[in-house]
Order: sequence, then structure tokens, then C-alpha cells
Amino acid sequence: MKKRKKPTDIENIIFTTVNTIFMICLLVVTLYPILNTLAVSFNDGIDTVRGGIYLKPRVFTWANYKSIFSKGNMLTAFFISASRTVIAAVLNVVFTAMVAYTLTRKDYIFRKFITIVYVLTMYFNAGMIPTYMLIKDLHLLNTFTVYILPGLVSAFDLIVIRTFMRTIPESLVESAQIDGAGDVRIFWSIMFPLSAPVLATIALFCAVGAWNSWFDTFLYNGSSKNLTTLQYEMMKLLSATMNQSGTNAASMAARGENATGLQTPVSTRAAITIVASVPILCVYPFLQKYFVQGMTIGGVKE
Amino acid sequence: MKTRVKKTTDAARTKRGLLKRMSLQKQLIIMSMPFVIHRIIFSYIPLKGWLMAFQNYKPAYGWLDQEWVGLKWFKQLFSDAVFITDIRNTLAMSFINLTLGFVTAIILALLLNEIRNIYAKRFIQTVSYMPHFLSWVIVAGLVQNMLSTDSGIVNDILMKCGIADRPIPFLSDTKYFWGIVGASNVWKEVGWNTIIYLAAISSIDPSLYEAASMDGAGRYNKMLHITLPGIKTTFMMLLIMNIGHLLEAGFEIQYLLGNGLVSEVSETIDIYVLKYGIQLGNYSLGTVAGIFKSIVSITLVFIANRFAGNENKLI
Repeated sequence: MKKRKKPTDIENIIFTTVNTIFMICLLVVTLYPILNTLAVSFNDGIDTVRGGIYLKPRVFTWANYKSIFSKGNMLTAFFISASRTVIAAVLNVVFTAMVAYTLTRKDYIFRKFITIVYVLTMYFNAGMIPTYMLIKDLHLLNTFTVYILPGLVSAFDLIVIRTFMRTIPESLVESAQIDGAGDVRIFWSIMFPLSAPVLATIALFCAVGAWNSWFDTFLYNGSSKNLTTLQYEMMKLLSATMNQSGTNAASMAARGENATGLQTPVSTRAAITIVASVPILCVYPFLQKYFVQGMTIGGVKE
Repeated sequence: MKTRVKKTTDAARTKRGLLKRMSLQKQLIIMSMPFVIHRIIFSYIPLKGWLMAFQNYKPAYGWLDQEWVGLKWFKQLFSDAVFITDIRNTLAMSFINLTLGFVTAIILALLLNEIRNIYAKRFIQTVSYMPHFLSWVIVAGLVQNMLSTDSGIVNDILMKCGIADRPIPFLSDTKYFWGIVGASNVWKEVGWNTIIYLAAISSIDPSLYEAASMDGAGRYNKMLHITLPGIKTTFMMLLIMNIGHLLEAGFEIQYLLGNGLVSEVSETIDIYVLKYGIQLGNYSLGTVAGIFKSIVSITLVFIANRFAGNENKLI
């Protein structure tokens, strides 16, 4: 028996169509800039200046990638960025989890004090200049340490991990205590492994933060070439292209009409953009389940 | 007399009890206190730098050997037309970011929730989270490429559709800057911001939808009258949490996309601090601007806290 279409069916069909079109637009707008950059990064630098590169390279070349990895400072930048990312992620996860564990112990006498010390930092900061003076006074200018030390154990991460740890049954801790385990032992062999899902989230957040930051390099380590980072190098190239007017680029193209294999700031930046985004873009889809959970805990504070 | 004695013994006992508890909790203290001290050094000790605001600070002398100038820098700051412009820019961009951010995230969350195909939904979600993981340097670079007058796709499309007959110099015209910052923020964070709304939506009682279907409501109506009210609490909570950040319009995108031609609309308070404080070496003036920002933010947090329901208290 065939039913006549009700008004709600028609409404649903229209709704689904509009929604599908909207989602396709969203995908295009989100993905196009990256795909375009990918195409530019594989296209000859001088040819790119002529314009018209959309989704596939016109004059294919590896030159842009070769050039960034043949420059010493880019290799240094890559190495420094990678090291600070790994070190920051590992230390932050272990230390933040450790402090978070002490906050889950209800009888801990400093529990309230520690919570207040951290939570207040979410709502104020001393400001750029006093912080800069502190870093200077501590002789941390132009050191690798400045990438790691100031950011260790942040309030947000602490609250997210603590909230997760509270969902782990108390009885596990109690039975370990009866067996004579101390807090270090309980933390390291029970709470730390059981918190793996939330720790994966925090590791991802810390890694992304460290990998993506350029301002600390700019402010504290701008003058030391061997402590430069990928994002800082990219930022320098960005200001180079910002200040270069269209006519400059055009005249460059005119001069290099027959020359190929030259790198322009635009194509070099495209190649670095790809190098700098690929590691994170390859990892995040696999951690989606965890960071969604982490954000949900973090958003609902307390 | 008797009670007094009892009190002292009580005090002695709690004192002894405290020491005893401390020694029992030795391991907990070792695990947490080094980090608390670390946090105090890096977040609280710099507050002594606020003294610079009342001094004619010269790096050559010690903290307390400076010339004290009272409120001189405060007066200078608020009579500086550039700073007043920067406050305006900060508030304007912050307001745009806040409004656009909330509206787009809620709309996207509602629409994502209506996708029936679970694989399509998951794919779109994954893609929409992607820009959140890119740095502002990368995003600023992408924005610059897309809006370029040479071969930017936006100008290409506008010219092909006949909307513009010449490429529009988006990044060197003051009237587009705030819009570009707002749009970049949406592009980067809209997907990410849906996470919390989608979590709220998934906790809505399914029987409400069934009842609405019985009454003949279509998907559009169910979305408007069940899902949207269902995320109201989450929305209010996020709004309250964000009020304290009203002077945080972001700093990176404005700094990276700003140039001499648009500086009168692109400069925020943070850029002012960077420019006068660090680059021109006027530590005192830069500190005053920073203090202004912190005090306004803290005040806003307390006001928001006042209006928040008990379950939304921030502190």
C-alpha cells in the first residue's frame, strides 16, 4: 500500500537537501586552502607567480622541498620544533598527571591550596613584560629550556586529568593501600595507566601547542639561530610576503620568465606549511575519540 | 579556665596532627609541591613587575632603586589616542569573534546532528576539526593566499561572477580587516567548537523527539523546538566562561596579517604592549597597558560569576 506523502516528508526532503549542500560547501571551504597549498608546494616557484594554480601543480617539481631541507636553518628549525614537541608532551603528561593524582586524594592537606594556586592562573596573568623580565632574570633568554619550563603543568590540563581520575573506582586505591603501596607506587602503577585515554588527549594538546607556537621563539630566542623553530621561520617568510607588493612578484616573474627552479617566498612557505601540518594532520584523526572526550570534560569545569 | 586549657591542648593536638599528617602524606607532598612552587615562580612572582607601572623603569637599576612617578604612565596611556584606538579594535574584534563563534558553532552542531549517515557525519566532523590543529602562522598564510590580489581564489571567483571588475585588495583596506579576522577565526575553530554542543545534544532525552514526531513535527521543527532549547544551558555556561576573555581578541592573527596600511584597525592591546614595551623599550608604559587588561578581565570574571547560577561558578 502506497502512502501519500505527508507535508512533513516534503519538509524532510528539503531539509536533507539543503543540509547536504551546506555540508559539501563546508568541506570545500575547509579543505581547499590546504589542497591549494599542497599544489603550490609541488609547483615551480616562478610559475606559481603567474597564478592559476588551483588543485594540481602545473609545472611539477620537488625543488621547493629540496630547497628548504638544504638550508641549514630549516633543518635546525625542524629538529628544534620536533624536540620541543616530544619533550613538552612527555613531561607535561607525566607531571600534570602526578599533580592531578594528589588532588584526587580527598584527605590531602594541601588539596585546596594547590587547586586555588592553579585555578587562579586561568583568569589572570602578569602580562607580557613582567613575564619577559622574569625570563630574563632567570637567564632563560636564548635557551632551549624556555620552550619547556614556563608551560609545565597548566591549570586546564590539570583539571581535565583530575576530573577523569575521579571516575576511577576508589576501591582500587584502597586495596593497593592495604597491600602497603605508597602514593608514588599507586600513582605510577595504577592511576597513570588507567588514565591513558585522557592522557592521550593532553599529550595531543601539549604537542600541538608546542609544535604550533612561534611567539616564544620570537620573544625570547629571536636572536639565536640554532634555537629557531619551524613556525618562527614560517612567520618570517610570511612577513616577507606581506611586505612584498603584487608588482614586486610580477616583476620577479617577468625577470625569471625562462628561469625555473628558483624559490619564491610563496612556494617556500607552501612547502614548509605542508611539512609543518602533515605530522599533526596524520595523527589527530586517530585520537578523535579521546580529544572529544577530553574537551567534553574540560568544557564542563569541575 | 578549664576550657582554655582544653583549647590549648586542642591546638597543640591539631598542630601535632598536622605535622603527623604531613609526614604521612610525605609522598603526596613530594609529588605536588615542586610543581606548585614552579607555578608560583612563573605565574605569581612576575606580578612584582607591576611595580614598574609606578616607576620610571630603567633596566640598569634594581627593582626598588627606581624613580617613583605615581600615576604618570596611567595618565599618559589614557591620553594616548593610539591606545584608545587599540581598545576599540580589541573590543570590536572580540565582540565579532564571540558572536560569530557562538552562532556558527551552534548552527553547525544542529546541522551535523541531523546527518543520518553515521559515516558521512564522522567524516565531516573529522575534517571540520582539522583547522583547529593548524597554527595561526599557517592560517594567516592560507588567508593571505586565498585573498591575494595576484591569484587568490576569492578574487578569482568574484571577478568571474562579475561582482568585482578589479581584484579587491582585501588585506590592505581597513574596512575588511575585522571581517577577515572574524572569518578566519570561524574557519579555524567552528568545527572544534561544535564538540561541546554535540555532547550536550547527545544527552537530550530521545522520547522528546518521539513525542514531537507523533504530533507531526518535521525535522526542521524538532531541531528548532527540541535540540536548540536542549543546548541552552551549555551555551549559557560557555558564554559566562568567555566574558572574562572579552579583552582577548587574539593577538597572533592581527599581528601576522596586520601591516602599515591597516594598523589603525588591526592593532590590539597586546600589540600595543609588544610595540611600546618590548620593541621600544618603554617597560613602564607596556606594563600599565598589561595591568589595565588584567584588571578589566578579572573584574569581568567576577561580574560573570555573580550572574552565573551555582552550577556555573567559575571560581
